[in-house]
Amino acid sequence: MIEEKFDAIVVGAGMSGNAAAYIMASNGLNVLQLERGEYPGSKNVQGAIMYANMLEKIIPDFRDDAPLERHLVEQRLWVMDETSHTGIHYRSDDFNEVKPNRYTIIRAQFDKWFSRKVREAGATVLCETTVTELVRDAQDKVVGVRTDRAGGPIFADVVVLAEGVSGLLGTRAGLRKMPKPETVALAVKEMHFLPEEVIEQRFGVKGDEGCVIEAVGTISRSMAGLGFLYTNKESISLGIGCLVSDFAATMESPYVLLDAFKNHPSIRPLIAGSEVKEYAAHLIPEGGHKAIPQLFGDGWVVVGDAAQLNNAIHREGSNLAMTSGRIAAEAIVGVKRRNNPMTRRNLTIYKTMLDNSFVVKDLRKYKDMPALIHTNSSNFFTTYPRLISLAAQNLMRVDGTPKIEKEKATTRAFINVRSRWGLVSDAVRLALAWR
Amino acid sequence: MTIAVTNLRVEDKLYQNRYLVDPGRPHIKVRPHESPSANLRALTHICPAKCYELNDKGQVEITADGCMECGTCRILCESNGEIEWNYPRGGFGVLFKFG
Repeated sequence: MIEEKFDAIVVGAGMSGNAAAYIMASNGLNVLQLERGEYPGSKNVQGAIMYANMLEKIIPDFRDDAPLERHLVEQRLWVMDETSHTGIHYRSDDFNEVKPNRYTIIRAQFDKWFSRKVREAGATVLCETTVTELVRDAQDKVVGVRTDRAGGPIFADVVVLAEGVSGLLGTRAGLRKMPKPETVALAVKEMHFLPEEVIEQRFGVKGDEGCVIEAVGTISRSMAGLGFLYTNKESISLGIGCLVSDFAATMESPYVLLDAFKNHPSIRPLIAGSEVKEYAAHLIPEGGHKAIPQLFGDGWVVVGDAAQLNNAIHREGSNLAMTSGRIAAEAIVGVKRRNNPMTRRNLTIYKTMLDNSFVVKDLRKYKDMPALIHTNSSNFFTTYPRLISLAAQNLMRVDGTPKIEKEKATTRAFINVRSRWGLVSDAVRLALAWR
Repeated sequence: MTIAVTNLRVEDKLYQNRYLVDPGRPHIKVRPHESPSANLRALTHICPAKCYELNDKGQVEITADGCMECGTCRILCESNGEIEWNYPRGGFGVLFKFG
């Protein structure tokens, strides 16, 4: 099919793959990018919030033509039980800045734009091509790939594995282990279309302003999970995700959870009358620092979700993907400029650079959170949300009960359900994992 | 047409999606078995596209046409050999319009 040898082959046209291909092609490398979807983005699913700073480091003037939906001026975090939500809202006019910090995006559209930039930078992008196998030489160095297209292998000095959370190539080649059920979440999402002005009225935003709601509580039915609602220009991305291990243990159906979330009295009015145009499912890496695999070897590097680079605590995924793709590309460009071979030893620079970036520093900070949340999900996602709702309602109902008695009843409710020791121990463990 | 947001069946949800099915070449197969493991049985509930169903002999069968390629079943059942998982051929399978 393709006879020439490339400087680099990038497998996948998601955030990390596009970032890597763009940086390498911009620096004059001969890059081939392979994508199994009909078009870039057709296999990709994200919430989706895009962080401007990480994209600016790759394409500084992206705001000129990237398909952006709304820039975020308000974030709500809701703790929910069956009939209520207790929320923290942060809204600031400071977010109405010349160069906003966070945007909602629609990935299929965004990825097409990003891929166009990659092609303009000089890379060859080949869609509808599934990479089936890595090709290695006698010394076990990765030297290319085989695809499901006719013809022989395609060769390159280095292969960038940007194959996503469920990447088959790296796991089958033994470069990394398959994610464990407790280190990935399954999320389902729907796209709800509503007229622009309806969205603006319901969320109190105007123009390009947007709002995010993220929700925890009984919506995940004692599993470790999160619900979300993101406003786009004329649609709402709405979804819910829980750990795969929890789904397997409870046998809850994700679509049942999603429908219950949509029917929650706090959510239902926000999407009333909407037209659903897509239903998507995707895995999200949740293992954090402890789940990061070997990141490089002879003739290969792994980036993005395939490398489990996702900050589940702050729901930051695509920015870690973009950044790891950029850093891997910069490392490869550096090795190439020195005319050095793409060996394990020379590619170590990728890990060093990534370790010094916010990507690994942030993941290291929360290294104990996944285990804590996983082993404690029924308390964090059901018991406490119910207690918080009870406390708030007790405080707000005015019924002639003296306030001191209301306070005592609230304290008693917490102690009855979790015990003094349980409360202190949960607080200490949470504080330690957060530190 | 506006579809009520409540009580959608999975089939109706999947109907919104765009697929290019590769006839006769399902990308996921269930290995023949006498009785399914707990994980394989769980897929009949937790597969988001409801691809897995129990037949009347209590065995798990798959119809992969509505698959969204999330990989949940692979995580749970590939390592013990109960299912065989591959990506569809290039261009085939689910094609997200929004993602």
